[in-house]
Amino acid sequence: MTVHVDLLTARQLAASSVATISLLAPGSRYSLRVGETDRDALSQALDLALPEKIGECSRRHNTEILCLGPDEWIVLSPESDAGTIAQACAAVYDAAPHSLTDISDREVTVLIEGPKAAELMTLGCPRDLEKLPNGQGRRTVFDGVSVILWRDGPQRFRLDVWRSFASHVISLLATGCGELALE
Amino acid sequence: MLLIHCPYCDETLPEAEFAYAGEAHIVRPDNPADVSDEEWRDFLFIRNNLKGPHYERWRHIHGCGRFFNAVRNTVTDRFLTTYRAGERRPDPESLPEDGQ
Repeated sequence: MTVHVDLLTARQLAASSVATISLLAPGSRYSLRVGETDRDALSQALDLALPEKIGECSRRHNTEILCLGPDEWIVLSPESDAGTIAQACAAVYDAAPHSLTDISDREVTVLIEGPKAAELMTLGCPRDLEKLPNGQGRRTVFDGVSVILWRDGPQRFRLDVWRSFASHVISLLATGCGELALE
Repeated sequence: MLLIHCPYCDETLPEAEFAYAGEAHIVRPDNPADVSDEEWRDFLFIRNNLKGPHYERWRHIHGCGRFFNAVRNTVTDRFLTTYRAGERRPDPESLPEDGQ
């Protein structure tokens, strides 16, 4: 059965004494792939260093860059900044060849926050979350779905989920949110 | 669940993030048109199916996305080492007896 969930309107999806689950407003997402030799040129073009270690994140104003792989980054920003990022990268393309792909429509972001948010995440995430420092993010798996997990604080997480898997992940989180509150 | 060390992420992570990708260090003939049917069959299908330390490929598919190589003891199911794709096959003598 296909459950249609409105993924465009930012709102609270579920809440209990354990955690609050909300959908964030759409933003701009770019996937950036660039080789080691041209990385610094892209850092200068974006005026924000591309982190070199997988999982590390650099931030300026509302722009966040997370390192996902040895040559792969994701760039998040408000929709209003999307054009600036694309232009800045296009300007250095001849000198520093790279791939910048707009994946804004591919993913949605769910925010999980509350006194037992970390426990709620263990419902689908096999990682040891104690080893994920605050302010960092990782691409990982959540109940079989590839997601990007951001840890903004000890009990505050964001999940970037592919749009087609979002209804499954959201319903799992909402169920867990209710069930954990019963314990 | 197995815990696997990804040589690119430099973290030991649950098996659920990884996908198995068959035996490692199998060289594709430079020009497949030059090899005999038997050689091509061996390249495609014939594997060692070892008992003991097995050199195999894994992919960190729900992570950095990279393929890497691992040595796993197929009897104890313990990983002896993992190393980046393209690196030389570690000498069996240098591997630990059991586990990393």
